[in-house]
Amino acid sequence: MKKELDFKGKLLTHALLIAVSIMMIYPVVWWFGASFKTTQEIGLPTLFPSKWMWENYPDGWNALPKYTFTYFYINSIKVNVTATILHVVAASLVAFGFARLTFPLKNFWFSILLMTIMLPSQVTLIPQYSMFHSFNWVNTYLPLVVPAAMGGAFFIFLIVQFIRSIPRELDESAKIDGCSWFGIYWRIIMPLTKPALVSATIFSFIWGWDDYFSPLIYLNSVDKYTIPLALRMFIDTQSAVAWGQLLAMSLLSITPPVLIFFLAQKHFVEGIATTGLKG
Amino acid sequence: MNNQTAAANAPAAATSKPKSSLRHSLSRWNAPFAGYLFIAPWLIGFLVLQLWPIIQSFYLSFTEYSLLDPPRWIGTKNFESIAHDRLFFNSLKVTFTYVLTSVPLKLASALAAAMLLNRAVRGIAFYRTAMYLPSLIGGSLAVAVLWKNIFGIDGFINKLVILFGVMPKNWIGTPETALWTLVVLTCWQFGSAMIIFLAGLKSIPNELYEASSVDGASKPRQFFMITLPMLSPVILFNLIMGIINSFQMFTSAFIITNGGPINSTEVYALFLYKKAFGSLEMGYASALAWILLVIVGIATLFNFIASKYWVFYESETGAGK
Repeated sequence: MKKELDFKGKLLTHALLIAVSIMMIYPVVWWFGASFKTTQEIGLPTLFPSKWMWENYPDGWNALPKYTFTYFYINSIKVNVTATILHVVAASLVAFGFARLTFPLKNFWFSILLMTIMLPSQVTLIPQYSMFHSFNWVNTYLPLVVPAAMGGAFFIFLIVQFIRSIPRELDESAKIDGCSWFGIYWRIIMPLTKPALVSATIFSFIWGWDDYFSPLIYLNSVDKYTIPLALRMFIDTQSAVAWGQLLAMSLLSITPPVLIFFLAQKHFVEGIATTGLKG
Repeated sequence: MNNQTAAANAPAAATSKPKSSLRHSLSRWNAPFAGYLFIAPWLIGFLVLQLWPIIQSFYLSFTEYSLLDPPRWIGTKNFESIAHDRLFFNSLKVTFTYVLTSVPLKLASALAAAMLLNRAVRGIAFYRTAMYLPSLIGGSLAVAVLWKNIFGIDGFINKLVILFGVMPKNWIGTPETALWTLVVLTCWQFGSAMIIFLAGLKSIPNELYEASSVDGASKPRQFFMITLPMLSPVILFNLIMGIINSFQMFTSAFIITNGGPINSTEVYALFLYKKAFGSLEMGYASALAWILLVIVGIATLFNFIASKYWVFYESETGAGK
């Protein structure tokens, strides 16, 4: 609905957009400035500090006993990248099966898939914990990574919707030429599904990066901590909270998702829109 | 349950080719062995990590289970205890308040922002990024930390409200206001819903607005007669997902207020977590989990049934539902 606006309309629109945008990003701008302030200054309403405490960053990075944040970043990356790769590979295989093949009870299973998107996580939480506990997987990364091998219902759905828009004639001609199902999946469908795969990768990485709950219940020793747990420890172990350092470390921890967003904005927006519109 | 899956599948099917003619040629795609092989990762995962746990959790809700010892059958005792648990009803009250205020507010903000962003002005990408940013940084612990700071007694929110003549207070430490800080946090992150609405708005054909303008329709009238009905499937989707997700909200409540002060922000997910991992009452927590499942199921079912009355589906043939 792009209408031609007259000058007054344009002015009003810009004014509103600016006002709302300021409201939305003000906390983040404040966050940035506060990360450079001394603890006393944080209580002040000023946006930016009078003296820029650049030390907040290296100090915060090294503040925790025994491990610097380098260690925790590596942990988070290890877990997240592995889980994301598993998610995307598995989801693409499953999506191909649902989108392109016919088999008995297919619609039934697909309905189940959709319903699991709406399943509250609490209801599988305790038995899963009990199961992983009995495998001796607690305090390892296995409970965080192995479930990703099932693909993730949301990602499967996202990719299925996308594959449906690829013309079947391509499959047909490949089949006539004697291509196997896996061949069609690998050589024909997957290259064309790249946008959806990128979207799934982005979502999986960002949601995994922020995940606090699973690491909270499964990881007990500090050497396994991911970034959210390290931040939490920061709050707990500092008797007088060094807010400047804490805010600095917190701000750094959200930069990977933000960076990814800026690099892949189009895929982001398309990914969300696809699930919302066609879902 | 079949209706909701049909409703979920119908728009999806409507966007691909009509199925009837494909069915005849689908025999070529009939591949039972390959089909199951491809979906095996999900199917195995579903059976082992979802279906079996759901059944087990139902069983556990009738037991006393501390993880260290085997579960001990106690019949309906858990449910009886829950019925007399003041904290349980408190968490229900807190959670329902949270869901019923944050979801409508968030969706309304998202829609308003999307409509604003749907105008043709320069620099629109910048504004869109600015409005999506809060949603992007997400339900992370880092944001919770930020929120805890700015709504505290020394936070900048207090500096702001003074300008409007409101008494500064520790918003997080005051029982009456603590939950609202969480609601505001949720609404601040309307970005994903906004993007979906924006995509929906762009798919409304311009001719509808042009034709109604010619007939002399005012802007509000166009909004209610064209925009809302055409967007209604998208609104339904956002509404259902919003409700389901907000019932499970945990990290913000845990980090910002930890359920306090005086349990005024102890949402259901937090209450359940404390029972399961705090006091190791896993049987009790399983009962709580199943109650949540029923509540969310009823809410979703209600939404699907009610949707027949206000959601307008425009299928390929143009016949409304």
